[in-house]
Amino acid sequence: MAYPYVSDVEVRIISKYFGDPAHRRIDTYIERGGYKALGKALTLEPEKVTEEVKVSGLRGRGGAGFPTGIKWSFMPKEPTRPHYLLCNADESEPGTFKDRELIRWDPHQLIEGCLIGAYAIRAQHVYIYCRGEFFEVNQILARAVEDAYTKGYAGENILGTGTTIDITVHQGAGAYICGEETGLMSSLEGDRGEPRVKPPFPAAVGVFGMPSTINNVETLAAVPHILMNGGEWYRQWGTEKSPGTKLFCVSGHVQRPGNYELPLGFPLIQLIEDVCGGMRDGNELKAVIPGGSSVPLINSEDARNCALDYEGCVEVGTMLGCASVIVMDHKTDIVKQVRRMVDFYAHESCGQCTPCREGSAWTARILRRIEEGQGTEEDLDTLMEMTEQMVGTTICVLSDSVAAPVQSSIEKFREDYLKLIRTSKQAGAA
Amino acid sequence: MAKFVTLTIDGQKVSVPQGTTILEAARKVGKHVPHYCYHPGMSSPAMCRLCLVEVEGAPKSMPSCVTTVTEDQVVRTDSEQAVGNRQGVLEFYLVNHPLDCPICDMSGECDLQDYVHEEGRVHGRSEEPKRVFGRDDFGGDVLFYGDRCVMCTRCVRFMNEVEQDQRLTVVERGNRSVIDTFFEEGLEGTHWHGNIVDVCPVGALVSKDFLYKARAWDLEHTPSICPSCSQGCNIELHTRDNLIQRIKPRENLEVNGWWMCDYGRHNYGWINRGVRIEDPLVQGLDRATEPMKWRDALDQLLQRVELIGEGIGIKAVATPFASNEDLGALAELVDVLGGGDMVYRSSCTEEEIVLKGFPTLARRKDLAPNTNGAELLGFTRVGDDEARGGLDDIATHDGVLIVLGDRLSDQSEDFGQQAKLFLYLGDEQSPAASNAHFVFPLTTFAEQEGSFTNIAGRVQRFSPALEAPGMARPGWLILGVLTAELNNRDAPRTAAESFFGLANRIEAFAGLTYEDIGDAGAVLNETLVLSES
Repeated sequence: MAYPYVSDVEVRIISKYFGDPAHRRIDTYIERGGYKALGKALTLEPEKVTEEVKVSGLRGRGGAGFPTGIKWSFMPKEPTRPHYLLCNADESEPGTFKDRELIRWDPHQLIEGCLIGAYAIRAQHVYIYCRGEFFEVNQILARAVEDAYTKGYAGENILGTGTTIDITVHQGAGAYICGEETGLMSSLEGDRGEPRVKPPFPAAVGVFGMPSTINNVETLAAVPHILMNGGEWYRQWGTEKSPGTKLFCVSGHVQRPGNYELPLGFPLIQLIEDVCGGMRDGNELKAVIPGGSSVPLINSEDARNCALDYEGCVEVGTMLGCASVIVMDHKTDIVKQVRRMVDFYAHESCGQCTPCREGSAWTARILRRIEEGQGTEEDLDTLMEMTEQMVGTTICVLSDSVAAPVQSSIEKFREDYLKLIRTSKQAGAA
Repeated sequence: MAKFVTLTIDGQKVSVPQGTTILEAARKVGKHVPHYCYHPGMSSPAMCRLCLVEVEGAPKSMPSCVTTVTEDQVVRTDSEQAVGNRQGVLEFYLVNHPLDCPICDMSGECDLQDYVHEEGRVHGRSEEPKRVFGRDDFGGDVLFYGDRCVMCTRCVRFMNEVEQDQRLTVVERGNRSVIDTFFEEGLEGTHWHGNIVDVCPVGALVSKDFLYKARAWDLEHTPSICPSCSQGCNIELHTRDNLIQRIKPRENLEVNGWWMCDYGRHNYGWINRGVRIEDPLVQGLDRATEPMKWRDALDQLLQRVELIGEGIGIKAVATPFASNEDLGALAELVDVLGGGDMVYRSSCTEEEIVLKGFPTLARRKDLAPNTNGAELLGFTRVGDDEARGGLDDIATHDGVLIVLGDRLSDQSEDFGQQAKLFLYLGDEQSPAASNAHFVFPLTTFAEQEGSFTNIAGRVQRFSPALEAPGMARPGWLILGVLTAELNNRDAPRTAAESFFGLANRIEAFAGLTYEDIGDAGAVLNETLVLSES
């Protein structure tokens, strides 16, 4: 056993050196074959690099699962204006802790991925937008970037090829919404972290009004491996539509929570019972949120039939998101759990769009009232109806994220709500 | 030539130039899509989410304020989906809105009130206590009622994009977000902030000047032209009880867009002033003045003119606050009496105050509405930048002296002492007019129909908003009757007729009629347009 917990069924590609502090040092990284992929990429045409990523079928690991190679190919071919690559390291989805670990244990893997990505889209500047609360991670990353400059992997004339790519690490100031791609851009420009209307899409008008591509840390971390070993190599794991491996951040009521790198398509129940050693204290599984707090939660029955890939999750009515698996046992108070998540979103809503600004806070208040035993059955109808108005009606999807746990919990765990409502009625009658 | 795109909105086909938004296209077929954050004069953040419409083939509702039209697009603004969305958004607005309409200045002209009345739910479902922000003084003329705010950010964007003086911002986030000022001075010292009260769709930003003065439904709205500088902003005079309660800008993209400056907006006290000349006054032999009926006063004046005979020099002083018609009538009378000097005086400031985001609009140096008209009609500027002095010749003139509108506030009581005939037409009694043989009461621009010629040579009409005091009459009518009787012809009965006569006499105005000018104004022959140096 190493790094809090590991499992034999894991396929550790990007998480191979988790738990090994020596790997943070650039010398160790180079010794272990680091920055070779960058050297290889720089000898290829940028389109060729993009092509390799396309072949691999790598999909965005930030939650949306958009094919990375295709995203890169949206960038203008002949740069007339500066291009930017943005690395989204503002990991703030409740239940997610993969990017933090990726940077903390293997910062050079990310830096190398960023450099390759920047080369592929003809960007001369990479911004790594790192969550401000990650103090240690920010220090490690800043040190690593400095080392990469010193060794000639970043900055001007990289490896003598004449390519210039600068890297700037930017610390966020503590807003969930800055993890949304256009919100991140607004924040990076020095404005309030408010998402922007699309179109125009970032590849046309991104940060500072220039063509930009934004990728998640985990996505970029996989890029050096794909470049080194080829796109087809990456496809040996995962499914046809969701190839490769993925870090699963398991939290909640399991014996061994933690980060596990597994091929996509891995059965959820196996993740809980085998990889994580089953439920704590032998309790019963009640609910799972498979993709971070903004996706619908599922009950134990659906969890047993859920394959952890982008399509498999949709089949059981939820989403893979960023694969932050939150496991809840039968002792969990679902209403309280949902209320806490909605409180979070109400607090983090940027406040631009009316349905989100007003709706999330209103939802939180109703849930609080139900939780405190003052709810009625009509409240549940109101919740269902009003959250329906919050889906697909706003600039970004934060408001959809409020609706997801509320709607899915009322549908699948209505009894939990009714129990609270009935108790309050009886108490009132007495 | 812009390419045109044809689409269907609520079953009606419409062709609009490429790049038009759905919201604007819908306006063309008479469909008003409710909206808050969108304002044609500013960028669209598409954040109020009220203007979402159903677009066939689109996976979700589209914000019509930023979605541009495409060929063969099928848009529904009144479908179940679109109406349902609006109903939902409106309910969200009311979760925290205090519904204090009975004490809200905006009540009666509030978009939230209107939209909820039209499409909102009859009963709100929110039982939760409302969030409370309270009231804040934003400085300048603006009070902020945070609880009423719908967070459209028009005010923030006006200050950032149009005035380009960032004084407001959104602080906090989520439903704790609120508009606030940066520093203690807030909006103090800015020149255009009154516009944020206009763009606020609800009663969150209100004018201190107008606070609790009148209910919106009690106000009469009269289209007019701002008399406070030579820009000629299109405005509306809002009146009640025969008093101007406030001035609002009226849209005219050629002149002022949707805006007006704070100076012009608040410079209406003089129009409401109570002490006025109300009767034609005629000086008797004992130098005592006697009020008379118009007919008698005019007869006496005509007799006097006949007695004097021809060949006596005429000097006339007019105010550039007078309309083209008034000035034109004066010029014609002077001409009929044998010609003479015609001068005007006007106040000027050192600098223009340009609205940066709409640079064709500025508070001009020249603080009178019709100096351009006066110049074109043959008047010469005299005096200093405070509209003082320059009348030394005229004060001691021994011929015919006519003063139109100029209050002669810098002149002594000896003014016009030697004049054979001294006719003073004004709205207010002046000590310098004590030698006048005839004092005729004039209406102000707010009490009469007429037109001004602005700095760009644009002739624009205004309408009467107030009842004239006593027997006060417009200058064009009084002078027109005099001229007509001297020439033995019919006098103009309307300002339009007066203008028609003027257009026949003066080349610069040739061919123009009141109909051509319309609501939007018409530009004179460009070569004749004077520029402010």
